[in-house]
Amino acid sequence: MDKNLDRLNVYASRLISQKEYFVPGHRACQGCAEALALRLVAKALGRNNVIASATGCMEIVSSPLPLTSWNVPWIHVAFENAAAVASGIEAGLKVLMRKGRIPPKRINVMAMAGDGGTSDIGLQALSGAMERGHDFIYVCFDNEAYMNTGIQRSSSTPFGASTTTSPAGSVVPGQTTWKKNMPEIAVAHNIPYVATACSSYPFDLMEKVKKAAAIEGPAYIHILSVCPTGWRLPPQMAIHAGRLAVETGMFPLYEVEQGRYHLNIDLSELRPIEEYLKIQGRFRHLTPEMIEQIQQRVGEEYEKLKKKVRMTNEGQE
Amino acid sequence: MATRVGMEVSIAAAEAVKQANVDVIAAYPITPQTHIVEHLSEVVNNGELDAEFIPVESEHSAMSVCTGSSAAGARSFTCTSSQGLALMSEIVYITSSLRLPILMLLANRSLSGPLSIWNDHTDVMSIRDCGWIQVFVENGQEVYDHVFIGYRVAEDRNVLLPFMVNLDGFVLTHVIEPIEFLDQEIVDRYLPPYQPKYSLHPDHPVTMGAFATPALYTETKKAQTESLTEAMPYVLKAWQEFGDMTGRYYHPVETYKTEGAKVVLVTQGSLSETATLAIDSLQGAGEPVGLVKIRLWRPFPFEEFKEAVAGADLVVVMDRAISYGGPGGPLASEIRSALYAQEKRPRIVNFIAGIAGRDVAPEDFVHMIQQAQERPGEWYELYGVRE
Ligand SMILES: Cc1ncc(C[n+]2csc(CCOP(=O)(O)OP(=O)(O)O)c2C)c(N)n1
Ligand code: SF4
Repeated sequence: MDKNLDRLNVYASRLISQKEYFVPGHRACQGCAEALALRLVAKALGRNNVIASATGCMEIVSSPLPLTSWNVPWIHVAFENAAAVASGIEAGLKVLMRKGRIPPKRINVMAMAGDGGTSDIGLQALSGAMERGHDFIYVCFDNEAYMNTGIQRSSSTPFGASTTTSPAGSVVPGQTTWKKNMPEIAVAHNIPYVATACSSYPFDLMEKVKKAAAIEGPAYIHILSVCPTGWRLPPQMAIHAGRLAVETGMFPLYEVEQGRYHLNIDLSELRPIEEYLKIQGRFRHLTPEMIEQIQQRVGEEYEKLKKKVRMTNEGQE
Repeated sequence: MATRVGMEVSIAAAEAVKQANVDVIAAYPITPQTHIVEHLSEVVNNGELDAEFIPVESEHSAMSVCTGSSAAGARSFTCTSSQGLALMSEIVYITSSLRLPILMLLANRSLSGPLSIWNDHTDVMSIRDCGWIQVFVENGQEVYDHVFIGYRVAEDRNVLLPFMVNLDGFVLTHVIEPIEFLDQEIVDRYLPPYQPKYSLHPDHPVTMGAFATPALYTETKKAQTESLTEAMPYVLKAWQEFGDMTGRYYHPVETYKTEGAKVVLVTQGSLSETATLAIDSLQGAGEPVGLVKIRLWRPFPFEEFKEAVAGADLVVVMDRAISYGGPGGPLASEIRSALYAQEKRPRIVNFIAGIAGRDVAPEDFVHMIQQAQERPGEWYELYGVRE
């Protein structure tokens, strides 16, 4: 065995559990960082976890009857209702414990969906569940399009990206709208915990998931999940792409705890976004003007975020 | 001792849900179902029922919450009408395939458009093939009773299917009727706490709602349709036991003065009570006319129905929904196919009446029957349309 790999094995196993709850054998594409993110989330939550899943890539790759990739209780009902199903599970377990019909125990309830199942068709159910204050974690695996049905655009698809319903045409150059800011929508619900994460930063991701589980009330985690298939990127570049998304400021990693913003990776200087865009086929058609437009927007958004960090922490140091 | 109380049917329905010791209630207001949910939230907020009342943001979520809570092992309840049912219909089909014993009261109201809040059966007929056990009731007492009967059947380990009780909007939901209440201990004996066969709990992980490829989909559907057909004896058993306990016996098909009847009128729901008046007056005039009421809509009681109309030459079916561009009403379609293979088949005439709350009086039934007798052939007609 490779000497370094062996060392890594010893090192990593001390830091994180070797137990898997989203187990190998699922059918995700090679290099799928959404499956990686899901595996890390499941690992961080451990055994006492019940999952309600939306329709989408992760549902399809993990549950072809009669097989399952799940070592924890897991249910899939439909595309747009993961948050509502999770609300029901949470309420059901709570009342059964209160009435003494099942023994009291801390059980985490998690809802999972893609960016389509979250920011588009599932937004109403999610908003309802957050507003009602259910004690659950909602995880959005954002691969920036409807991948399961063949790379169609969602409201979370970034500006300029070419998808099968926002193709780079001779007149319209791909997605014409800016990515919906889903974490901010969650923050607007005044829930106790909101965070962004990326599977290229596994320890940060798992920390956040554990924090979310410990908190009472709704928690929302938005995970940038690199999809080599949909982003037209070699599979071995998935982790690198996630790092570039963070380092260019395209996808900042931050937390909002009880309304207070915290940047987990505070970069004094952002890398040029071109480094991130040029490795992905979905952005291949972008003109220098469009790249400049994106660069400017990213800079502005990053400043806005830093301002929120300053504003919500004033007088707190 | 059972007590008899004059009460609005919606309130009695909610009181039954309370007595059934339901664990999770998720519902969204829509006329004419509103009084049921309003009273339930009162009952929960006053501490009379230990349950989670989830004031969801839509009916789609109401059914989704019930799906989650029922899968977690909690006795779950919802009720809706019309547009609410249409909105939740996607999930209604899924709950039966997941074999979750949810109870739904459907306060029947017409489907838009045009928008109408009034009563007919267009809502339930839109989801006829959703895989739920479906019954129609005629009066407040039957609504009250079927909350217990519904859970009893649905949660039976041999059944495990969701159960829908159809009660006519306004005509039932908003009227005050005498209701005989059951003592709590009788309810508790008839309906012990739900013991799920499988539930979502970390101590025994299960995967629910896996997808099926064409290699297995047909097999899952065969299992599902059989589960509904095979629920029949358990429905009968639950009705029998309920009858033995209360003296109120229910049957899949109920008859009124059908002995020797050459003409049989077929109805569903609360208009059946009105129809009995028409039968009385026709029989008084020497006409051999009887009434057959379809209580159990799914699983459809083919044998019981054939038996009930065995002596008839003419069957007049009253539908309260339209199958646009089709053969008339959905009830008549069912009845035609039920009788098709009979050697001696009665003539079947179909009226669609009482749409969106349009009044149907005893004289209207008399008129329909006379028209059916006079005009030969098999046909359908929207009754009482203004020309
Ligand atoms: C009501 C409904 N509309 C459409 C679909 C088809 N559909 C299934 S998954 C999916 C896209 C999923 O996209 P996303 O939520 O972003 O998850 P991903 O597959 O990208 O992980 C769509 C459109 C559906 N199953 N249900
Ligand atoms: S399409 Fe993308 S998100 Fe879906 S399994 Fe493949 S790599 Fe993963």
